[in-house]
Amino acid sequence: MDLTRFRQETNVFEYGSRTLLRRATLTLLTAVLLALFLLFITLPVVSLFLRISPEAFLRSLAEPVVLDALSLSFITATVSTAIVVVFGTPLALVNARSDYAGRELVDTLTDLPIVLPPAVAGLALLMAFGRRGVIGQYLDIFGIHIGFTTLAVVMAQVFVASPFYIRQARASFEAVDRLYEDAARTLGASRRTVALRITIPLAWGGLVSGAILSFARALGEFGATIMFAGNFQGRTQTMPLAIYTTMQGDMDASISLAIILVVISFAVIAAVKVVTRRSA
Amino acid sequence: MRSSIPATLVAVSLLVIAGLLTAGCTTTEETPGPTTLTVFTAASLTGAFTDIGRAYEAQNADIKVDFVFDGSQTLRTQIEQGATPDIFVSASTKHMKALQDGGFMDNSTVATFLGNSLALIVPVDNPAGITSLADLDEPGVKLVIGTKDVPFGDYTRQMFEKMAADPAYGQAYQDAVMKNVVSEEMAVSSVVPKLALGEADAAIVYKSDVSKDDLTKVTRIGIPAEYNVVATYPLGVLAESPSKAEAESFIAFVRGPDGSAVLTDYGFDPIPAGN
Repeated sequence: MDLTRFRQETNVFEYGSRTLLRRATLTLLTAVLLALFLLFITLPVVSLFLRISPEAFLRSLAEPVVLDALSLSFITATVSTAIVVVFGTPLALVNARSDYAGRELVDTLTDLPIVLPPAVAGLALLMAFGRRGVIGQYLDIFGIHIGFTTLAVVMAQVFVASPFYIRQARASFEAVDRLYEDAARTLGASRRTVALRITIPLAWGGLVSGAILSFARALGEFGATIMFAGNFQGRTQTMPLAIYTTMQGDMDASISLAIILVVISFAVIAAVKVVTRRSA
Repeated sequence: MRSSIPATLVAVSLLVIAGLLTAGCTTTEETPGPTTLTVFTAASLTGAFTDIGRAYEAQNADIKVDFVFDGSQTLRTQIEQGATPDIFVSASTKHMKALQDGGFMDNSTVATFLGNSLALIVPVDNPAGITSLADLDEPGVKLVIGTKDVPFGDYTRQMFEKMAADPAYGQAYQDAVMKNVVSEEMAVSSVVPKLALGEADAAIVYKSDVSKDDLTKVTRIGIPAEYNVVATYPLGVLAESPSKAEAESFIAFVRGPDGSAVLTDYGFDPIPAGN
């Protein structure tokens, strides 16, 4: 391109042609990278929707395997999230507000499941709670078997999903200004009242979004579940397991379940964004 | 000026996407190696065919055998969607029949070459004290079988149907056994560990699925022939294969003494050619 002519014909001398050129190259490069990446993420997800007709989608929603997986997934993920919130909130509050020996270690341990592959989680749970496991062998004496039960599904979900809530909760508690807590204390409020009336309400947005993320992770849990809880429709076959199972026979059911999970995941991210923006 | 940047971004992005989509429509021709045989093989044959392939290559230096091991259903779908192997080895006649009907196979080469049957396996210490199929209906027995869509799960259900039809067992037996099922697995590879860890008391799998190593962890109990379901494995050359002579030579090797010895070793029952 003849840059001198370009410069003469335009009124943008102040930018300088080199700056313009550099800026154009940068724009182009960013656009290419952005487009490639968006395409890479969007195409597979969109393909799920393209591979099934609306009628087939609705038809497979009535399949027992789909219905059982949906209800089991929602029940177990809800229970797991409740357990994570009940046990995780005090832990997050303590670690955010008090300094004690070994706090770093506790933090690291509670974060561990995030980086552990689910297969490791499944194997670890088997080694602990399996019929010949470290704890399982004693439970076996009382005739208690956790493997292949819905309880095993919940345990696997709690194990892998808890860090998502605890991390978020701890960060939200840390973000609460101590000034408010101290003010309440000087006015005679007990520690419990301060936690319930000041700290938790101020951290509310973060707690809710942490719980939603934790729920989503529980809903998507696959590896640890199939290893520790097995695969049985209506008892341990959650949505991801049902997707894997029906893929061998009823592809429509598989795709329908996948679409439902995509929609839920999208809704979860949107919900987290809304909640965190409102509380910010 | 600044506000126009996002617009430019979007425009360029769209152009790039359009370009990529058109690029995706044109395919590049690939020239295959002169004597590479691609063999789509049912996953249950992974061990046996890997060994056979190695032995064949040792005897035929000019031919390389590449295996793709996967479920027969998956391999069939891949062929129907345009994959072009030279040989297809299926764990069920159903998928071979479908490809033959679709004109994908060279029908004169398709033959049943292998039989496989079901076996009952229990952990070596056998906590539930199971000695035969008759013990599977005891309350509390934890039984693992395959899902209805994988062949070993399908055949297991057929076996229980046969037993239910026999007054010696009856419908009540089948109902009680199915009630004892604690997990439906997709692959035998995940069944054996569940027994080895003592999580389950018994499982029904292909006889050939229990490897020699596994026999240190599980005990194999035979199933009477009148209830057992024998799976037959067909194989054949694809109609589009560019190296049919080599493909047929490989099949002859599989069905010959060397191949049969390996297959027998893995627990299969080779069916001699000409039957």
